[in-house]
Amino acid sequence: MNIHEYQAKEIFRSYNVAVPNSKVAFSVDEAVDAAKELGSSVSVVKAQIHAGGRGNAGGVKIAKNLDEVRDYANDILGKTLVTHQTGPEGKEVKRLLIEEGCDIQNEYYLGLVLDRATSSVVMMGSEEGGTEIEEVAEKTPEKIFKEVIDPVTGLTPFQARRLAFNLNIPDELLGKAVKFMMSLYQLFVEKDCSIAEINPLVTTGDGEVLALDAKLNFDDNALFRHKDIVEFRDLDEEDDKEIEASKHDLSYIALDGNIGCMVNGAGLAMATMDIIKHYGGEPANFLDVGGGATAEKVTEAFKIILSDDSVQGILVNIFGGIMKCDVIAEGVVEATKQVGLEIPLVVRLEGTNVELGKKILDESGLNITSADSMADGAEKIVSLVK
Amino acid sequence: MSVFINKDTKVIVQGITGGTALFHTKQMLEYGTQIVGGVTPKKGGTEVEGVPVFNTVDDAVQETGANASVVYVPAPFAADAIMEAVDAELDLVICITEHIPVMDMVKVKRYMEGKKTRLVGPNCPGVITPEECKIGIMPGYIHKKGHIGVVSRSGTLTYEAVHQLSEQGFGQSTAVGIGGDPVNGTDFIDTLKAFNDDPDTHAVIMIGEIGGTAEEEAAEWVNDNMDKPVVGFIGGATAPPGKRMGHAGAIISGGKGTADEKIRVMNECGIKVAPTPSDMGDTMIEVLKENDLYDKCKTH
Repeated sequence: MNIHEYQAKEIFRSYNVAVPNSKVAFSVDEAVDAAKELGSSVSVVKAQIHAGGRGNAGGVKIAKNLDEVRDYANDILGKTLVTHQTGPEGKEVKRLLIEEGCDIQNEYYLGLVLDRATSSVVMMGSEEGGTEIEEVAEKTPEKIFKEVIDPVTGLTPFQARRLAFNLNIPDELLGKAVKFMMSLYQLFVEKDCSIAEINPLVTTGDGEVLALDAKLNFDDNALFRHKDIVEFRDLDEEDDKEIEASKHDLSYIALDGNIGCMVNGAGLAMATMDIIKHYGGEPANFLDVGGGATAEKVTEAFKIILSDDSVQGILVNIFGGIMKCDVIAEGVVEATKQVGLEIPLVVRLEGTNVELGKKILDESGLNITSADSMADGAEKIVSLVK
Repeated sequence: MSVFINKDTKVIVQGITGGTALFHTKQMLEYGTQIVGGVTPKKGGTEVEGVPVFNTVDDAVQETGANASVVYVPAPFAADAIMEAVDAELDLVICITEHIPVMDMVKVKRYMEGKKTRLVGPNCPGVITPEECKIGIMPGYIHKKGHIGVVSRSGTLTYEAVHQLSEQGFGQSTAVGIGGDPVNGTDFIDTLKAFNDDPDTHAVIMIGEIGGTAEEEAAEWVNDNMDKPVVGFIGGATAPPGKRMGHAGAIISGGKGTADEKIRVMNECGIKVAPTPSDMGDTMIEVLKENDLYDKCKTH
């Protein structure tokens, strides 16, 4: 789960991870009031969307007085920002962060991620603050320093010091940098983060080590123990169909194509998208109905696929292991009756109770094309939507 | 022969009184798996499906002589269940449970260091040695006894591969689902090593997906060490970057973990990669013919 920068900074404050003073604003007036309250000579007006690259898209402005705060807030609120992470449709700005300006001396990158190769959390740092870490990794990998963290001890002070020295953080700020890193690690683990990224981390003229930006992602699987984090969820930032799917415990991701897919199992669902593409079609979604799906769940899955206007045909591909083919077939029939299917539907069933499943489909009187294999199913649906 | 499990494997089911566990306990018993006990705290002394239930893994192991366990315990408690099985010094723990917090698994991995237990999973369909022992949730009847080793990050995609092989007359030695999580136990290389050492496995199909670099590392290992032909498939060639495709581990991040890159490395390392998921069986057959293993592997 993603949250906004201002929310991440709230969490930072509660863990004593240093950040500049700031306030969130939902309107232009609130933005001006926030700047007034902060009382700094310079304020930064920052668009709050779940995507990076805001600065380059005109979503971050430096205001030298309250009039400028008003102008920039007016300009950015309601604007659709297109960045390299939003996709071409962009994201509308509905919230602003008003932050006091600071006297930046140096910019760094600091991040925490799970390293799959070592099954450990890794803290990464670089002197190339402000640049995308992927870019640094590609062009100058020697400028990235890593500390692999033992979950038993957590990040140790010597590791934090070593990283700070490697980043050439000035000696007089070493203590503050170490404290920053240790607190950030504690937050990361206690809140079950999957990514913490601070780009840039800055040192200031008045001797502070501050997170100028803050990005936190959370492990969805651990949200059950973090009710406070769940409250930060901003549904405006998510796809409507994905929200609906998550309500029914379905794994759905919207894509750009016109062939809807309903599959059981994530691997098979991905492979089904691939094979549609292989035969010249474009998948409209990833949808895994999961292992323990019921007829109701399948019905909901169907409704979600059909709520996408660009869908011109549907391929159902089920290999019944836990999921029995007759359950899928019943769901398909039920859903088709409920929503009134007017586009081509190809169904490929295999596995437990496959004969029963096929019989249910055949006797339904519905216009369903059955397929004998994944390839057959993909070919059929691709030719039907052309 | 086979890898990891066989007809002598004695299994306990952790979380046996839960709905999913009960269903699959029944299925495993029907398949002929030796399910010798179950564990559910506070249900010790009872019996389900004719199987005795114990309060702790220790009790179950002591009473039954089990050497393997399968975990169906709900995600919030699953990591603890794995550690309990490791503490009881079982040879093998297979964790079916999906959605375990990754930080829990980081701790489990650290806990397991230096211990004897092998973990398969979590978030996996389990392991099956056809006609001997089935531990997990896979449909048993699609598997046939034979000589092809199967290792995969995905459940249903494994069934797909196995089905294609069985349909065309090529049985399997063992099928191992290593699971779709970013932090898991047994990996591709561990399983490939085991297949390489198994005299009854003559060829292996390795099914990967986007995310991480496990396939690339496994391909390098195959290139350097494997005596037997390996066929591959990678799911997710059309997956957009930055999106988690169902499995927690299936995500392209920072330009890493793409299907193209995995396929490129696998090809370089002599692994023939099936162009579509429908071609997994056919690609294997081609490779068997090329290596003069067709007759040796044709089982039915």
